[in-house]
Amino acid sequence: MILATSAGLPGTIEAPSTTLEVSHLDVSYRVRGNERPALRDVSFRIGRQESFGLVGESGCGKSTTALAITRYLPRNGSLSGGSITVNGQDIAALDKRSLRQFRARVVSMVYQEPGRALNPSIRVGRQVAEVYEIAGMKKSEALARAEEMLRVVQIADRGRVLGSYPHQLSGGMLQRVMVAMALATEPSLLILDEPTTALDATVEAEVLDLVSSLRQQFQTSVLFISHNLAVIAKMCDRVGVMYAGELVEQGPAREIFENPRHPYTVGLVRCVPRGGQSKDHGRLDAIPGFLPEPGEVQVGCVFAKRCALADQRCTEETPPTYEVSATRTSRCHYHEQAPKLPRATPEDVMPRRADGGEEPVIRLRGVSKTFHVRGEQVRAVVGVDLDLKVGETLGIVGESGCGKTTLARVLLGLSVPDEGSVIELDGSPLAPECTSRSRKQLQAMQIIFQNPDSALNRRHNVRHIVTRALKKLAGLSGESCENRLLEVIRSVRMEERHLALRPYQLSGGLKQRVAIARAFAGAPRVLVCDEPTSALDVSVQAAILNLLADLQSRERVSYVFISHDLGVVRYLSDSIAVLYLGRVMEHGPAGTVFAGPHHPYTESLFSAVPSLDGTRRERIRLKGEIPSSAHSPAGCVFHTRCPRRLENGLCDSSEPPFVEVEPHHMMRCHIPLEELRRLQATQSAPVPEPSP
Amino acid sequence: MTAGDDPRGPLAGAPGISLDAALPPGEPAVFETFLADPGGAAGALEVSMGRIRREQVRRLVGSKTFLVGSVIVLWWVVCAIFGTLFVPYSATTPDILSTNLAPSAAHWFGTNNVGEDVFSRVIVGARDILEIAPLATLLGTVLGTTIGLAQGYLRGAVDMIVGRIVDAALALPIVIVAFIFVVAIGPSTLTLIVVIGFVFALIIARTVRTAVLQERELDYLAAARLRDESVPHVMFVEILPNVLGPILVEFTVRLGYAIFTIATLSFLGFGLQLPTPDWGADVATNYGYLSAGYWWETLFPALAIASLVIAINLIGDSIEAVLIQ
Repeated sequence: MILATSAGLPGTIEAPSTTLEVSHLDVSYRVRGNERPALRDVSFRIGRQESFGLVGESGCGKSTTALAITRYLPRNGSLSGGSITVNGQDIAALDKRSLRQFRARVVSMVYQEPGRALNPSIRVGRQVAEVYEIAGMKKSEALARAEEMLRVVQIADRGRVLGSYPHQLSGGMLQRVMVAMALATEPSLLILDEPTTALDATVEAEVLDLVSSLRQQFQTSVLFISHNLAVIAKMCDRVGVMYAGELVEQGPAREIFENPRHPYTVGLVRCVPRGGQSKDHGRLDAIPGFLPEPGEVQVGCVFAKRCALADQRCTEETPPTYEVSATRTSRCHYHEQAPKLPRATPEDVMPRRADGGEEPVIRLRGVSKTFHVRGEQVRAVVGVDLDLKVGETLGIVGESGCGKTTLARVLLGLSVPDEGSVIELDGSPLAPECTSRSRKQLQAMQIIFQNPDSALNRRHNVRHIVTRALKKLAGLSGESCENRLLEVIRSVRMEERHLALRPYQLSGGLKQRVAIARAFAGAPRVLVCDEPTSALDVSVQAAILNLLADLQSRERVSYVFISHDLGVVRYLSDSIAVLYLGRVMEHGPAGTVFAGPHHPYTESLFSAVPSLDGTRRERIRLKGEIPSSAHSPAGCVFHTRCPRRLENGLCDSSEPPFVEVEPHHMMRCHIPLEELRRLQATQSAPVPEPSP
Repeated sequence: MTAGDDPRGPLAGAPGISLDAALPPGEPAVFETFLADPGGAAGALEVSMGRIRREQVRRLVGSKTFLVGSVIVLWWVVCAIFGTLFVPYSATTPDILSTNLAPSAAHWFGTNNVGEDVFSRVIVGARDILEIAPLATLLGTVLGTTIGLAQGYLRGAVDMIVGRIVDAALALPIVIVAFIFVVAIGPSTLTLIVVIGFVFALIIARTVRTAVLQERELDYLAAARLRDESVPHVMFVEILPNVLGPILVEFTVRLGYAIFTIATLSFLGFGLQLPTPDWGADVATNYGYLSAGYWWETLFPALAIASLVIAINLIGDSIEAVLIQ
């Protein structure tokens, strides 16, 4: 492993073992005539076959670094200082032709959205083959090599993939194709910019495993960019933590996350809800304040304004890169004290009142939703029975396309369920469509959407948005409305000065707070939260989760909390339902569902999620793709991907009943609970071949 | 089917991530320093958005196309209002002694076949066209916006029926449709406004409908449904402000077409009646004399029409360019 020296010192002789050396890099963007610094004094080095991770929240300069390395900075961006060398070659010195050669052979990049990186109107095979054609091969030879490359990235059905257009393939498949294209020319440096952010956890795990094994095989150095600490911890030997355009901490991945030595890293690590952490145990810590505007901090530490350790020295003296140990650096005057960073939020939570009885506030019985798409029946939700108790949270998890959002929309009356579906509120049935529900019923159930940009009318200011909900749902007007408005706004920790602002003037976290304020305006009894934090950075996510937990314990609201992030669901939920192809596969108290024994699908979901503390579970892997809801498999819908499918063919032929396997713990599986417990305690499941 | 299931793209490009940590209810003392953040990011964000607004206006005013367009339009507006005060001759008084004179120092644009000063007629002729065109376009925009909002938001039968009517109406050339109505009702300023307004409404409805369809998928409308908002409220208070951009662009484009249409109708003799000076009518009465070599009688009114249409299109283009960015 290469030492992370503070920087490539001037006059350092290029060691042949270094693939990428970035030293004292400054990048700025010219915005309306002003130079805005985007990167300041960034230095790091990636050795041969090493994988280096850049981690940080949005706007910290991760992608700018990647663009600078490939010389793809936008026209208004310029390299204003420092240097980048790849294989000993200064990339600033490359002329047009050698730059083209450099991009074609030396460095390649995989982007976040595979669907947008490929040309939608050209077959995948042609696009992969093109890489070889540029390298000078004949058409037929290039196509053969393309197929060979798809074999390398473990695509089974190569003929079909090569002949498909990008929109016909799943996200995970496309990302494999992208990796194949990136590695086709055997580059020295592979840059992965949030390669799995748009993918489901199970697919993410597959792609990450693939990248790890190919890295060994191709002996490529990797620069891995992600906002997800756990993914970085899993994938990288060394890590650089970026904040506001600076590399604030650098060192071996394990050490950085176990014993961070910069207050920002400390804060980031604390933000993430981890294994088993729950709202009943304590609040999440969050990072206070805001990211500074580019160029706002001229002197001093960029993090000083948000740092509880900061003193006068931090605002007056820019911290140099301290060497914490032989392999680690930190840009903090007080890096020794960083682990003792005081909490930004008090840990203690309000005790929750004892249960208000066993009567559920929401009761779903046999809820189904079938879409009719081009003559096909797509069964998005099938026979869901669920109860939601007063003041509790029901977490709903599952991969994308499993029917989570459809179920939420049916519950709210935004989609009309199939005949025979029963939705009861306080024991009385609700009309299937929200337009025929009474004002009181509408008021009782509200929603927080995933994307606040879509959920808030961008032409209305905060006052209008919240007041309208108060008027229509709470029936308030005049002074009482005004008073309640201020109350609601303060309860989501916003201030009066925010009232006049429109959504585009607010940051992502503040926008989501407005959405929460609107949802709470009518004092609902049930709140559906559809991935409310998935568009937010982790530090903001922590603040929103704390807020939701506080509001719940104060107002005794019940939540239906939809998320693909198991840590987040665990933190907020009292009971959890796992959905697959529209069916509830497992349902039970959060603790029980997480402790196991799990349904095989739940088990594979859990083992797909990388964990920050480095404890690697025995992994079971799902193979194949999630079947289309239009053609659900016969028997158990999960049998095509199930790693624990029974040999006797029972799973293929008959659908298992949804039964209570232990008190309050429901499961839909043929394998007896004790058998599951034994299997999951002792061995990891064999990886099944994808079913045809 | 479940677009909402997409995982966590971090808010790319969100200026200034936030946010203050959550506090236990009712004890923000420790935290006040962070929340207040003097001159901090929330404030900075506000300022920078205001700057973008000002920037839009500045870029609009700074663009040459906009400047040239508005100078020309302004000139014709001045002519329309004050033209009669500064024209060298009366625009409607024939002078038998000086018919068909070529342009000269006395008559800059020459005179026509009854001896009226062409220059004066071009100046004064701006009035009616600048009265009818904006009014007709405004009528069309208001009506078209309403139809488009209803079509796009209600969909279903309303959308289908109105859509077919629009298709049928647009299958005929607009001049022919206007022509039929003018003949039926009789030519007058009001007829022109109403006829052109109605035809334009159908075209504008299309544009608005498309814009509304994009808005329709957004969650703020689902939120409005869950609040039991009335249909007019959703259409005009929730959706309308979000589709004003395309409507504004459509308005300027249609204004150009309105002038063109009025001029065409006048040329065909179904516009304003003589002796009111009118560019289209003047071209119509005088083009017969082109073969006699009296080119100035046709050329200058025609140039006036062209200049106004081009000027309005220039303005429309520059507004669109700024809005798109």
